[in-house]
Amino acid sequence: MSIAAQQFLEAAGSITRNLRHRGLIQTALRKYEAARDRKKSAFNDWSAARQSAAETKWDAINHLDTYLVEFASKLEARGTKVHWCPTGPEARDTIRGIIRDAQAKCIVKSKAMTAEEIHLNEALEKDGFEVVESDLGEFIVQLRQEPPYHIVFPAMHLTRDEISDLFERELGSAPTREPEELTMIARRALRRKYLQADVGITGANFAIAETGMVSITENEGNARLTSALPRVMVTLLGIEKVLPKLEDLALFLPLLATAGAGQTVTGYNTLYGGPRQPGESDGPTEWHVVLLDNRRTELLADPEQRDALHCIRCGACLNVCPIFRNVGGHTYGTTYSGPVGSVITPHLRGLQDWKHLSNASSLCGACTEACPVKIDLHHHLLQNRRNAVGDAPSWIERLAWRAHAFVVNTPALYQFAQEVGRIVEPLRKRLQGTPLDPVQSWTRTRDLPPVAGESFKEWWRNRR
Amino acid sequence: MNARDRILARIREALTVPAPKPGSHGHAQEHDGGHGHGDSSAGTRPIGFRNRPVHVARAWLPQGGSTPAEHLARFAAASAELKTDFRCVDSEAEAHAALRRIADDEGWRRVASHHHAMTDAAVAALGRPALFTDGGYPPDDLEACEAGITTCDVLVAQTGSLVVNSRSSGGRALSVLPPHHVVLARRDQLVSDLTDAFQRVEALHGQQWPSMISLVTGPSRTGDIERILVLGAHGPKKLTVLMW
Ligand code: SF4
Repeated sequence: MSIAAQQFLEAAGSITRNLRHRGLIQTALRKYEAARDRKKSAFNDWSAARQSAAETKWDAINHLDTYLVEFASKLEARGTKVHWCPTGPEARDTIRGIIRDAQAKCIVKSKAMTAEEIHLNEALEKDGFEVVESDLGEFIVQLRQEPPYHIVFPAMHLTRDEISDLFERELGSAPTREPEELTMIARRALRRKYLQADVGITGANFAIAETGMVSITENEGNARLTSALPRVMVTLLGIEKVLPKLEDLALFLPLLATAGAGQTVTGYNTLYGGPRQPGESDGPTEWHVVLLDNRRTELLADPEQRDALHCIRCGACLNVCPIFRNVGGHTYGTTYSGPVGSVITPHLRGLQDWKHLSNASSLCGACTEACPVKIDLHHHLLQNRRNAVGDAPSWIERLAWRAHAFVVNTPALYQFAQEVGRIVEPLRKRLQGTPLDPVQSWTRTRDLPPVAGESFKEWWRNRR
Repeated sequence: MNARDRILARIREALTVPAPKPGSHGHAQEHDGGHGHGDSSAGTRPIGFRNRPVHVARAWLPQGGSTPAEHLARFAAASAELKTDFRCVDSEAEAHAALRRIADDEGWRRVASHHHAMTDAAVAALGRPALFTDGGYPPDDLEACEAGITTCDVLVAQTGSLVVNSRSSGGRALSVLPPHHVVLARRDQLVSDLTDAFQRVEALHGQQWPSMISLVTGPSRTGDIERILVLGAHGPKKLTVLMW
C-alpha cells in the first residue's frame, strides 16, 4: 500500500467518527443544496444547458493547440507576457523570477488552485517574500497553516468560534461570534496589504481564445483589488481553461455559479485582456500569464478520460459525494479532492500511488449527475481501477479468481464446496470480522450472506 | 525546442487519438436527445470548427424577459435578492436628488468619480469634494473616499448585473475600493441577458479592448464563515444603481 493510501485510511478512519465535523459539513451542504436547487429551477432546461457546455468544452479541449495559440497571441498583442510551463517547478521558477525582477517585497494573492498544485506559497516564502492570501476562506486557512479544505469553500470545516480564536491569536482582535464582525476584521487586515503590495498573483477560471482574455470569478472583490493596485500582476492557469468565444461565458458563468454555490452568477466575473493600456488611470504596468501543463497533457492523451479536462472546478461533485461528506477534504491529501480529485490525481501524480482514491467510492454516480459539464466521473473511477490492476496485477487476486473459476466450472467440485460451506457455516459466522478471520480487513465492515440450507437445484429436485 | 513548442507538440500528439462525443458518457449513440436543439452534432465536427451557433444555449438559461418592462421588472427582482439598492426614477434631476439624500444619510465627506457627462453632472449636484481618477491618482486618496460614482456599459435583466470597464468607468479600482459603489445608468442600457450583454460590450469595445471588463452582480459578498452571507468582504458593502 502506498504511503498516501495509508494516510488516507488513517485520516478517514478518525474523521468519520468526528461528529462535530459531520455536523458542520452537513449544515453547510444543506444550505448549498437548497440554494442550488432554487437556482437550477430558474433554468429553462438545465440538462440541455449542461449538454451545450459539454459540447463547448469538448470543442475547446479537442482543439486545444489551436485555441491556446490564439489565446496567447492575442494576449501578447496587447503587451502581456505569456510564459509556457511544462512542469510545476518550471512554473514556480518563472514566477519567482518575475517577482525577483520586480524587486517585490509584499505579494497579495487571490484564490488559485493551480498555485496550491505547484506549492507556490511555500516556495515564495522560502525566498523570503510575504505572500498574503486575500480570499477570506484562504486567508483563514493560511493563518492556520493548512491547505484549503474544499476547492470552492476553503474554510468550510471551521466554526465561527474557531475562526474568532484564530483571529484573536494571530491578529490580536477581540473575540466575537458574529460572522460579519469576523469578516470586517479580515477586511481591515487586508486593506493595507492591497495598497502596499508590489505584486498581485491570481488564478483564472476561463481563458477566452477569441479575444485573448482571462476571466476570473469571485464574490468578494479581492481578485479585483489584487489585479488593480499592485504594479505587477501574475496570473497562473492550467492549459485546460480555454473557451473558444467570449459569448460562451453567457452559458458558463451561470452554470458555474449555480452548480458551485447556488447563485445566478457570481459577484464579480472579470475579464482581463492586458496590462494597463494607454489612457487608463490605473492597473499593473506588467502582466504575466503563466500557462501550466503539469501533466495535463497526459490526461489529454487518454481519450477515455479526456473529458476530465472539461472541469470548471465548480466543486459540485464534492458537495454531493457521500465519500467527501464523510471523510472531508483534507483526508484526500491532494490539491483537488472529491470525485474529480480522485479521477485526475492518478493522472497528475501517478496511478499506483493514488489509485486508492478511485476505490473510495460507492459508485453511486451522484457526481456525474451533478457535474455541469457532464464529465463521466464515476465511470472514470472504474477505469482508473481497471488501469491500476492492468498496470500492476496482484498475483494473489489472480490466483484466487482462477481457483474460483475452476471450482464453479466443475459441477462436482462446486457441489462439494457447497457441502463444506454448510458444515463450516456456524463456525464462519462466529469468526467473521474477528482477528482469527483470514480476510478480516474485508469482512470487518461487510456482511457475507449465510450459505443457504438448500440450493436452488436441490429445491427443484425435491419439488418434482 | 522551447517550452511553448514542447507543450504544443505534446498536445498535438495527444489529440491524434479522437475522444468520444461530448456528454455521451462513452456510448456513441446515447446523446441527451429530446431537447431538439440544433447543435447536437457538434461532437462529430472536424477539428477547428468555429461556426457553433452561440445563441443556442441562451434558450436553456434563466430568462431576462423580452420587453423593456419585463427587463425592468426582472432587474428589480434580481437586485432585491442581491441586496443591490436599485432605483429607477423619471429624470436625471430626481436621480441627483436621490444621490444627495444617500450622501447626507451616510455622511459622505469626499467622493471619487471619473469624467463623463453623467458623472460630472452628478458630482456637481452633490457639491462635495471629489477625486477624479482620470489620468492617475494616489491609491490612498481613493481608499479614503466614502463612495465611488461611475457609469457602466450595460445592465443585465437576467442576472441583475452591470458591466464596468477600466477605460470608460474610471479604471480598475474606482468601482471596487470605496465602500459604496454608485452606478449611474440610462434605461436603454438595460438588456435582456448575458448573451445580449456580451454583444453590447463587443460592439462598444471590440475595436480596442480595455484591459479590464467586470461583470458586477451585487455588492461584495462572502459566505466563507459557516456559509452565512456577509456583505462587503473586500469590495463595496453597498451597491446603488440609479437609473433614469
Ligand atoms: S468535475 Fe464537474 S462537478 Fe466536479 S468540480 Fe469539475 S466541473 Fe464541477
